[in-house]
This record gives sequence, C-alpha cells and structure tokens, in this order.
Amino acid sequence: MDINIGTLGGQTIAMIVFVWFCMKYIWPPILNAIEERQEKIAEGLAAAESGQEKLVEAEAEAESIIAEAKRQASTILDQANARANEIVADGKNDGVKERERQLTAAKAEIEQETNRAREELRGQVSAIAIAGAQKILEREIDDASHQDILGKLAKQL
Amino acid sequence: MAAEGGQDGGSGYYIQHHLQNLQVCRVEGEWVWNDCAGNFWAMNVDSMFWSVLLGLIFVISFRSVAKKTSADKPSRWQAVVEMIVEFVDSSVKDTFHGTSRLIAPLGLTIFVWVFLMNLMDLIPVDWIPGLSYLLGIEYMKIVPTTDVNITFAMSISVFLLIIFYTIKNKGVTGFIGELTMHPIAPPTKGVGIIAAPLVIAFNFILESVALLAKPLSLSLRLFGNMFAGELIFILIALIGWFQLPLHFGWAVFHILVVTLQAFIFMMLTIVYLSLASEKH
Repeated sequence: MDINIGTLGGQTIAMIVFVWFCMKYIWPPILNAIEERQEKIAEGLAAAESGQEKLVEAEAEAESIIAEAKRQASTILDQANARANEIVADGKNDGVKERERQLTAAKAEIEQETNRAREELRGQVSAIAIAGAQKILEREIDDASHQDILGKLAKQL
Repeated sequence: MAAEGGQDGGSGYYIQHHLQNLQVCRVEGEWVWNDCAGNFWAMNVDSMFWSVLLGLIFVISFRSVAKKTSADKPSRWQAVVEMIVEFVDSSVKDTFHGTSRLIAPLGLTIFVWVFLMNLMDLIPVDWIPGLSYLLGIEYMKIVPTTDVNITFAMSISVFLLIIFYTIKNKGVTGFIGELTMHPIAPPTKGVGIIAAPLVIAFNFILESVALLAKPLSLSLRLFGNMFAGELIFILIALIGWFQLPLHFGWAVFHILVVTLQAFIFMMLTIVYLSLASEKH
C-alpha cells in the first residue's frame, strides 16, 4: 500500500506509451473504417430511395405511354372504320353510276338500232308498195285510153 | 487452502500475504526483493508486470483489427472492437464538443485497459499466486488496480493533461484566473478593493482543493472499489468449501463493478478534459 516512485513512474510511462500507440495506430484506422461503412450505408440507402423514386416515375411514365398508345390505337381504329365505310359508300355510288351509265348507253343503242331497223323497214315497205303499185298499174294501163295523155305530153315536149 | 503460500497458516497472515506486492528496490547498491517497506524508490514488480501485460493485450488485439480493417466485411472480432470504439466515440462526442485527436484514444485506452486490469479480480485469488509460489515467487498480486500506485499514476497523468489543456485553451492567465477569480468575483473598484486579496486567497484555496480533488477522487474511487472487491474475494476464499456459491455470487456482482469502474474512470477523464477545454 506504500506509494513508491518505481510503480508510479513505470505505470505513467506505460500509460503514455499505450495511449500514444492507440492514438497513432489503433484509433484512426478503426474509426475510418466505421465512418467509411456509415457513409456506404447512407449512400446505399439514398441509392435505394432514389431507385424507388425512379421506379415509381418509370411506372407512371409507362402507364401514360400505354394510355397514349391506347388512345392512338382507338383513333386509328375509328379512322379505319370511317375510311372503310367511306370506301364502301364510294363503291356503291360508283356502282350505281356505272349501272346508270351503261343502262343509258344500252338504251341509246337500242333506240338507235330500232330507228335504223324502222328506217330500213320503211324503205322496204315503200319499195314493196311501189312494186305492188307497179303490178297494179301494169294491169290497169290501157294504151288507147292513155294515148291522149301521152299525146299531150308529147306535145308539150 | 488458507495455508497456501505461508508458513504461519493464520488467516490474518493469509490476508496479509495476499495484499503484499512483489517489490524490488535498491538498498546500499544492491537489488533487494521484498524488503522494501517504506522505501520510496521501490517498484511493485507484479503490478507493473500485469499492467503492462494487459496493456499489451489491449494494444495487440486492437492493433490486429486496425491493421486489416475492412468497411465491407468486418470479422467478428472487428465487430466487437468497433462496438467498443463506437461506444467510446459516442461517449466522447456527447461530452466533448471541441476537436481533439487525443481525448478519444485516451478514453479508449483507459476504458479497455482499466477493464482488463479490473477483470483480473475475477480469477480465483489463489490460482496465480499459488502457481507463482510453486515457481519460487513469494508474492504475487495480480490485480494492478488494487495497487494505489497504478491508479495514482493514471490519475496523475490525467491531471497533468487537465492542466495542459486548460493552459492550452485558456492561456496561463486563464488558468490562474480560473483558480483565483471564481467562484466569488473580487471587487475591482471603490473601497471594496481592499478586500480583493482576501477574496482571491479564498477563491484560490477553494479552487485548488477542487482541482486537486479531481485526480485524488479519480484514483481512490477505482482503487477503493477494486481493493474492497479483492479483499472480499480473499475473505470468501478463507471459509473453505462453502466459498463456492459465495464466490460465484460475488463474482457475478463484481462483473458489474469491473465494467462500471472502468467506464467511470473513462467518463470522468473525458468530462475533466472537456471542462478544461471549454471556454467560458
């Protein structure tokens, strides 16, 4: 229990040496490692959070893109339907027009043909009539009775 | 068991024997062992040996972590060491608001070293002294913190650091001012100025006692706790076979004391040094 300088001094020197060693070679590397890890953890957490945010953003973006695509698709579909209807209507119109055109042409041709046939017929009828008349006339004519007429004609010449 | 290491065999002798340090000193030009009572220049070889050995255990085991620290994959031992380091670091940061490269490592060294020295108390009191007796060493006190020289040496180092930090942060005038101008401010004008030296003297006595009480209480608290604990272990060891449950109970309780005293020593060191660094 006596105080003695040997132990006091020895322990003081030992303490100085150990504290110096700890300060120089133990504390800084260990604390650095701890701080580095804390930084890494903080970075990791921040990265995870920003990743989460980006995911939400991307999901929203994807949703809006899909909605836009749906809208476009329905527009295209509507347009296509309208166009199809238009084409069908056009086709119908054309058909009607064509039919009318051809009908008119056919009618005109028929009429033409009819007229031609009628003209021909008329010519033939008149020829037949003339031939008939000739035959009748041939029998009826009497040179004596008609001599005066012929004589008159001859006089006038 | 009581007779171990003694010729006499009395329980008084047993206790005396267990509380005797292995000493060496120089008397009339020769090295003398164990006959150094009252010799101021003696050295307690056992205290020094165990103290340095435990200090080396601390330094080597922590250095082994510091050498290959990895932020990504800490080994188990590294995790344990980091836990202690973080504990000390947060204790320092809670109390000390300045920047100092010394205080935190000092706290760590004090905490672990004192803890290890206190921990020697849990080794049954006869094991190592009995072994060393067989090897021919008569005295062997294995708990350095039950030696008042060891605790005093540590607290005096802290005391010197307190004075160093006070002078470094407040200057010599600040240090003297702290000793003389508090807690009663001496009058500076009027008739009262006659009383100023009296007030200063009063302050000086008060503050000096307060200052000197710091290292004294620091070392005696640790020494007292550990010495009392050790003494009770010795007394328990005296009572024969019934010592086993008693020893176990006291050892369990002592685990608390061991840790608490190490923590208190560290914490008070930090508090004293942060007070010394604080500017008013």
